[in-house]
Amino acid sequence: MPWDRNQMAARAAQELEDGMYVNLGIGIPTLVANYVGDKDITLQSENGMLGMGPFPFEGEEDPDLINAGKQTITELNRTAYFDSATSFGMIRGGKIAAAILGAMEVAENGDLANWMIPGKLVKGMGGAMDLVAGVGRVIVVMDHTNKHGDSKLLKECTLPLTGKGVVDRIITNLGVLDVVEGGLRIVETAEGVTEEELRAATDATVV
Amino acid sequence: MKKIYPNAAAALDGLLHDGMFIAAGGFGLCGIPELLLGAIKDAGTKDLTFASNNAGVDDFGIGILLQTRQVKKMISSYVGENAEFMRQYLSGELELEFNPQGTLAERMRAGGCGIPGFYTKTGVGTVIADGKEHKDFNGKTYIMEEGIFADLAIVKAWKADETGNLIFRKTARNFNPPAAMCGKTCVVEVEEIVPTGSLDPDKIHLPGIYVHRIIQGTHEKRIEQRTTRKREDA
Repeated sequence: MPWDRNQMAARAAQELEDGMYVNLGIGIPTLVANYVGDKDITLQSENGMLGMGPFPFEGEEDPDLINAGKQTITELNRTAYFDSATSFGMIRGGKIAAAILGAMEVAENGDLANWMIPGKLVKGMGGAMDLVAGVGRVIVVMDHTNKHGDSKLLKECTLPLTGKGVVDRIITNLGVLDVVEGGLRIVETAEGVTEEELRAATDATVV
Repeated sequence: MKKIYPNAAAALDGLLHDGMFIAAGGFGLCGIPELLLGAIKDAGTKDLTFASNNAGVDDFGIGILLQTRQVKKMISSYVGENAEFMRQYLSGELELEFNPQGTLAERMRAGGCGIPGFYTKTGVGTVIADGKEHKDFNGKTYIMEEGIFADLAIVKAWKADETGNLIFRKTARNFNPPAAMCGKTCVVEVEEIVPTGSLDPDKIHLPGIYVHRIIQGTHEKRIEQRTTRKREDA
C-alpha cells in the first residue's frame, strides 16, 4: 500500500531533529507539524515569525497574525516577530535548518519546479526560490506520479525551475529517495511497495 | 517637526503624480496601508508602479486601484488572489515583474540603506536570473539584484509617537519597515498616535527618521483565510 497524505507527513517528520528551525510549505508539508511528537521544533513563517502556533480557536482569530499561506494562526511563548527583510535574511543566510515543500517536478540532479506552468495562470513564486536557495536541507514531499500517472521524478524538469540542484531528499507516496551523484538513490519504500514498483514508476535515473 | 496630518488625503497632498513609483507595505491583506490606498484611488493618480509583495484582492488592498486602472506595473512575488489582476495581466494592460519574496524585501531594504545593488543566490539557474549579472564568490554563483528607490512609501503600523517612531503588531510588520525605508517620502497610517515619550525607546521597531507624515485612522483589517480549530470537549 502506498502511503497516504498523513503517512507521508509522518515520514517527513522523521527528518526533523530536536532543536531545528524549520519552514513548512503549503499542503502536505503543513501536516508535518502534527507528527513531530516530543521533538523541540521551531517553525518559521516567512512573512516574519519564528515559533508558529496552531490555528486559533473560533472567535480568537487575529487579522494581524497570519502564516505565509495567509491563514490565521497563533503565537507560542517562544515566538519572535520580525520584518520580511530580516525573515529572508535568516533564510538566505542558511540559518533555517530545513524546508519541507511540495513540488510539481523534481529532476535527478536536484532541480526543482514548483511555481509555474506556462500557459496557465501564473501566481508567482512567493518565497519558494529564496527558501530552496538558502536553507540547509530541502526535502520535497509529493505524490510520485501526476494525475495522468506520469512520473514527477524526471531526468530533467520540463517546467520553469524554482531552483537548480537544490533538492536533497524526496518523500513520495511510494517511498523515500535521495539526490546523489548520478541520479536518485532509494532510501526506503512504503510498506507493501517493492523496489521494482518504485523503479518502474520513476522516470529519473535510479542508481 | 510637524508630521501629523488630519487624514489620508491631507497626508498625500503634494506627493502624488502620474507615473510615480510607490513602495507599499503589507503581506496579503495583513498590515496593508488601506487608508492611503483609498486616498490614492480618490486622487485618481494614474500609471502607477507599485513594489508590493501582493496585489490585494478584487475589492481590497491594491485591488481597488486595479479596478480603476490606475496601476501600470506591479513588482510582486505572488498575485494569486486577484481575478481582475489576472484579467488585466493576460490582456496586456498591466505589466508584472515577479521578484522572489526575499529578493523583493532585500531590494527595498537595500534601497533604503543606500545600496544600489547586491548579490544573491536566490533565483540562480531560473528565469529570474535571465539578463542579470552573474558573479562567483568562493566558488558559488550569485546574481545581482538592484536596490529599490521609490518616490513614495506607504505603510501601516500599529502605533506611532508624534516624531514618527513606529511599533508594528505581530505579523502585520512584514514588508512595512523595508518599504518605509526605500521611499524618498514615507507616509504612515497607524491605529493610534501616542504622545512622544510614551513609547519605550528600546522597543521602537522603526525609528522616526524614516517617517515623514503620519495619520491615525480606523482600519477594516480584513482576514483573507479564516482558519480555526475546534475546542476539545471538556
